[in-house]
Amino acid sequence: MLPPFELSQPTTLPEALSALAAGDGQPYAGGTILVPDLRGGREKCRRFISLAGLEELRFIGHDDEGTTLGACTTIADIAKDPEMAIAAPALAAAADVFAGAMVRSVATIGGNICCGSPSADMVPALLTLGAEVTLSNSEGKRKIPLSAFYADYKKSVLKPGELLTAVSWKPLRQSASHLFFKLARRKGDAITVTGVSVMMAANDGKCSKVRIALGSVAPTVFRASQAEDMLRGRALTAELIEKAAKAAADQCSPIDDSRASAAYRLQTAQALVRRQLTQAWHQASSV
Amino acid sequence: MIQEKIVTLHVNGKEVKIIAPAHRTLLEALRHEGFVEIKCGCEKGDCGACAVMMDDRPVDSCLTLAWHAEGCEVTTIKGLGTPEKPDPLQLAFIETGGAQCGYCTPGMITAARALLNDNPNPSLAEIKRGLSGNLCRCTGYTRIFEAVQLAARNMREEREEV
Ligand SMILES: Cc1cc2nc3c(=O)[nH]c(=O)nc-3n(C[C@H](O)[C@H](O)[C@H](O)COP(=O)(O)OP(=O)(O)OC[C@H]3O[C@@H](n4cnc5c(N)ncnc54)[C@H](O)[C@@H]3O)c2cc1C
Ligand code: FES
Ligand code: FES
Repeated sequence: MLPPFELSQPTTLPEALSALAAGDGQPYAGGTILVPDLRGGREKCRRFISLAGLEELRFIGHDDEGTTLGACTTIADIAKDPEMAIAAPALAAAADVFAGAMVRSVATIGGNICCGSPSADMVPALLTLGAEVTLSNSEGKRKIPLSAFYADYKKSVLKPGELLTAVSWKPLRQSASHLFFKLARRKGDAITVTGVSVMMAANDGKCSKVRIALGSVAPTVFRASQAEDMLRGRALTAELIEKAAKAAADQCSPIDDSRASAAYRLQTAQALVRRQLTQAWHQASSV
Repeated sequence: MIQEKIVTLHVNGKEVKIIAPAHRTLLEALRHEGFVEIKCGCEKGDCGACAVMMDDRPVDSCLTLAWHAEGCEVTTIKGLGTPEKPDPLQLAFIETGGAQCGYCTPGMITAARALLNDNPNPSLAEIKRGLSGNLCRCTGYTRIFEAVQLAARNMREEREEV
C-alpha cells in the first residue's frame, strides 16, 4: 500500500498554478518516480497536485521557430512522433531506449527534467539541442536555458509555486548530426550507467557548432564545455577528438553504485564521447 | 481525515463503482473488485505483471492511481480475449509454450498486444524492446518471443485471406 496522501485534480493550468501558489502540494505527473519513492519511503510529501487533467500541457508543436513540447507530453508520445527523428534525432533515440512500454506510456518529459536525476535520459539530448524550459507561476512565466536549470544533485532553480510547463528548442541545422547513446546493464528497461549526447554541425571543413552532454557521471547531467571549446572552429582529427574526449572525462565526477564503479563510468564516458564525436564529425562534415 | 471519493471505472466494458482514497492504486482497486487476473509482482514498475490497457496504451496498474483511471476504458487480459473468442496472442502462447507458471502471462500478453497494435510486423529486436518491461522467471523468454512472432504471422495471414 502507498502511504495515504491528498491529491487535488485541477482541470486547467491557471487552477493548477493557483493550487501550487497556495501551497497545496507538489506536482504529480506520470507518477513513475513518485509512486516507487512513496512506497520506498524516499518521498515525504503527502499533498500533491495532479497534472493528469491538464490536456493543454500535453502537446508536440513543430514549426519554423523550432519545436515545443508541453511538460505532460509522455515519452511514448515523443517516441511515436513521426517528425521527432528529424527535429531531434537524439531525443527520439533516447525515447526509444527509455524504460519499458508501460512506463513510457505515462512518464512525462516534465517529470524527467524536474526529477533532477543525473540518469534522466531525455536531458542529455535536450542539452545538446540548446533547449530552454518555460517555468510558470500564477503571476506569469520565465524562460531559461535548460543548462541553467540544475543547481546540484536533484536540485533545480525551480521556485516554490513554479511549474515547468514546456521545453523548446530552435530548429537543428539540416546537416547537423545529433546523437545519443545509453550504456546500461542491459539494452531494455535499465537505468543508465553512462549516457552521452553530441550535436555537431560543420562548415568549410571545420566544426562550426558542437555541444556535448553527459548523464550519470556527475551529480547532474552537464555540458562538457571544455571539450566543446577545444573543437569549435577546428578541422577534427582523431588526435583532437581523443583530447576532447579526455577533457570531457576530466569534467566528470562519477560515483560507485550498484550499477557500475566510478572508474568504469570514467572510462566509458571517454570512450563514448570519442566514439560519438567521431561519428558526428563523419556525418556532419560529409554533407 | 484522508479524503475518499466515488470513482467510476470502466473495465472490460463493464462499469465498476468504487470508493477509494487518492493513494489507492488501480492494481489494488481492481484486484479488490475481483479482477484477480491482474497480477501483483514488484509494485514498482519493474516487472510488468500488473499491466493493463488504459484506452489504447499499456500501463503498469501498480504505478497508476485509481483516480487517474476514471474516464478511461481499462482492459485486462480477460477483456483482450475469452476461451470462446481468444486473442491470437493467447492461442500462440498456448501453442509455443510461452506460459509456464503463468504469473507473467497477463502482463506479457498485454504488452505484446500493445506492440502488435502499433507494429503488426515486429522484428525480434522490436519484440524484445516491446517486452522489456515484463519479467518472466520461467520460460527464458524464447518461447514468448516465438509466440509473439507466431501471433503476428497468424494475424497477417488472416488479414490477407479477408
Ligand atoms: C521501471 C522504471 C524504469 C524507468 N526507466 C527510466 C529510463 O530508462 N530513463 C529515465 O530517464 N527514467 C526512467 N525512469 C524514471 C521515470 O520514469 C522518468 O524520470 C519519468 O520521466 C518521470 O516522469 P513522471 O511524469 O513519471 O514524474 P513524476 O513521478 O510524476 O514526478 C517526478 C518529480 O518531478 C516533479 N514534477 C513532475 N512534473 C513537473 C512539472 N511539470 N513541473 C515541476 N515539477 C514536476 C514531481 O513533483 C516529482 O518530484 C524509470 C522509472 C521506472 C519506474
Ligand atoms: S507489479 Fe506493477 S510492474 Fe511489477
Ligand atoms: S511463466 Fe512463470 S513468470 Fe513467466
